[in-house]
Amino acid sequence: MTRTKISGAEILMRSLVAEGVKTLFGYPGGAIMPVFDALYDYSDRLHHILVRHEQGAVHAAEGFARVSGEVGVCLVTSGPGATNTVTGIADAMLDSTPIVVIAGQVGAQMLGSDAFQECDIVNVTQPISKWAYQIRSAEDITRAVSLAFHIARSGRPGPVVLDFTRNAQVETAEYVPKKVGFQRGYEAVPPTKPGSIEAAAEMINAAKKPLVLIGQGVELGEAQKEVRQLIEKADMPAGCTLLGLSALPTNHPLNMGMLGMHGSLASNVKTQECDLLIAIGMRFDDRITGKISTYARQAKKIHFDIDPSEINKNIAVDLAVLGDCKKTVSAVTALVKENNHQAWRDSFNEYKDKEQRLVIEPEVFPKEGPVKMGEVIERVATQSHEKAIVVTDVGQNQMLSARYSRFTEKRSIVTSGGMGTMGFGLPAAIGATFGRPDRTVCLFVGDGGLQMTIEELGTIMEQQCPVKVVLLNNNYLGNVRQWQELFFDRRYSFTHMLSPDYGKIAEAYRIPYTLVTEREQLDNAIAQMLSAKGPYLLEVAVMEEDNVLPMCCPGDDVDDMLLEIK
Amino acid sequence: MEDKTLYTLIIFSENVAGLLNQITSVFTRRQINIESLNVSASSIEGLHRYTITCFCDEATIHKMVGQIEKKIGVVRAQFFVSDDIFIQETALFKLSTQKMLEHREISKIIRIHSAKIVEVNPTYAIVTKGGMTEEILSLFHTLMQWDCVLQYVRSGAIAITKNKRELLDEYLAERKERYEA
Ligand SMILES: Cc1ncc(C[n+]2csc(CCOP(=O)(O)OP(=O)(O)O)c2C)c(N)n1
Ligand SMILES: [Mg+2]
Repeated sequence: MTRTKISGAEILMRSLVAEGVKTLFGYPGGAIMPVFDALYDYSDRLHHILVRHEQGAVHAAEGFARVSGEVGVCLVTSGPGATNTVTGIADAMLDSTPIVVIAGQVGAQMLGSDAFQECDIVNVTQPISKWAYQIRSAEDITRAVSLAFHIARSGRPGPVVLDFTRNAQVETAEYVPKKVGFQRGYEAVPPTKPGSIEAAAEMINAAKKPLVLIGQGVELGEAQKEVRQLIEKADMPAGCTLLGLSALPTNHPLNMGMLGMHGSLASNVKTQECDLLIAIGMRFDDRITGKISTYARQAKKIHFDIDPSEINKNIAVDLAVLGDCKKTVSAVTALVKENNHQAWRDSFNEYKDKEQRLVIEPEVFPKEGPVKMGEVIERVATQSHEKAIVVTDVGQNQMLSARYSRFTEKRSIVTSGGMGTMGFGLPAAIGATFGRPDRTVCLFVGDGGLQMTIEELGTIMEQQCPVKVVLLNNNYLGNVRQWQELFFDRRYSFTHMLSPDYGKIAEAYRIPYTLVTEREQLDNAIAQMLSAKGPYLLEVAVMEEDNVLPMCCPGDDVDDMLLEIK
Repeated sequence: MEDKTLYTLIIFSENVAGLLNQITSVFTRRQINIESLNVSASSIEGLHRYTITCFCDEATIHKMVGQIEKKIGVVRAQFFVSDDIFIQETALFKLSTQKMLEHREISKIIRIHSAKIVEVNPTYAIVTKGGMTEEILSLFHTLMQWDCVLQYVRSGAIAITKNKRELLDEYLAERKERYEA
């Protein structure tokens, strides 16, 4: 039987369909034109979203992946198209987001000659991707694509780059689907060491003051229920990392709030008092630990992770439980005894109350003065019945969104954690609307961050993506201004920023818009935004020189938190 | 240099372009100098074997090995201290034949150092010497005193572990078993 030969570009289309891809975000150009030509015939199966800048494509793919749990796909041309995705690839690497970036490349025979729009994107992205690979022949496509998706989504997920030479797009070959087999050079899930499950259970059973740290690994490993069962059975309070915030419902009685620099006072103070720290799918980032040398020194530590290289990387632990946390956590739960740590749990209250009084009341429930970011975020949480996907940009808007949003559903926070990429928010929110079209997607973004990828309003207009954009406009690069206030003697060097007339911009893009300047307008405006069918831009003029508190200042112990600025 | 040890890493990887770069970047990111590096085909088909030596502390070597092993295409990365392995370098010397004829001591030195003359012609002789860095350097410095060295090169270290068998086969078999389970 002879099979018909088809172009490499079409082989790519078929391979993507075979991987279950339905949505891709991209932007055409010379070196990827054969693929876009093939896409023309596949538009019934592959929904391509034309963005306005390749950075938008890659962040959209990230947003898509984060909310759906599927691989986000991005299709761009060579040279500048490929380099425009670099920030997003690095972002996905640090935040373990499964994406596949397919970039055009000059023909194999021209590689190395500085041909037009040639860029050695494999070498550029190798240090910031999970895998970067160049496809140079049509025969290699099916194998490379299936391996790319396997690597992106398995184990600790991450970004994969496929550099697709033009000749491989136009040459013909048979389409022979390939399944990924055993890989000598890649083991997605490391084996769990014999005895480590039992040892973990023993340590938990012996603990008087255990504290659980929930990271994004719990979301990525779909272990939300398993972790909940563990903490409920052993009665252990828990804190969440920024990326792990929606892995445990905010209002769960054992949820003691966010960890780290702008986290809750109670969870940070108790980090320094617990006798056992149980980290699940988190990596002890410096934004979580504060000063490393004093971090939880009194506590024994257990670290559940799928990535062996995370063990003892930042914080030395007493026990590592390697493997898929969905399995390991439930295995440990089976061995732990039901427990009651009421006194320990109650000891958090003092700090919760203190934070409520000194930080939360003035930020979220102010009686007078300008509108505050915190109250906007709280009202959106309430009016969306805590069901919305919250996408954030970076800065004060991000930290306050993390602090004052409330989550009841998993995979509901989309934010750039490891990289802190300004400009992430708007395109990521676009991606989220495609990843979960059934859910409300709210974006909180600052005036600085919005202007970084504001061109994506064009994508929103064209696709009518129902992104509810809440622009928290303080006329400052607020986060940096806060640091200047605290650590640079209030010398506001280039942090004041002039904004355009966002109303006119919204009008130009035909996106409904409301400006709120007074507290009294807020509830109605939010209600209107949430009930609108399509996209919406709600600008809130918030207090200009507000600060995110509490704050563990750089170099301080994690429990040493600034609660007020006098 | 206090509390720094000379570690030898033995790494096996698929023979794919770009991996060497990725492996060395793990060192450069941490500002660790590679003392020596050797890459060549291993005893297992399609796999390359790297021997890399560097000075660092124990915590760092643990982290680096983890980060190297994580690279797609790296099959296994392990580190050893000098006691666990047999390590060798090779040096090539090009010596002036005339000087060797003038000073008989040179041949004696070569013999004492267990080096081998592998080629002689009227202008030069090629001498090879295998051994540890210090042994090779000692020969080099001695020969230099006779002003007879025309060229000298020393290879990176290669190493073999002192445990009984090559464990990679077994390791791969275990991994495959896990994969199929
Ligand atoms: C791409 C990028 N450039 C610079 C920064 C540094 N940075 C962090 S927060 C911030 C200010 C953000 O300002 P804005 O978007 O208005 O948000 P706000 O903090 O005012 O809420 C800056 C400049 C960054 N994180 N990302
Ligand atoms: Mg701002």
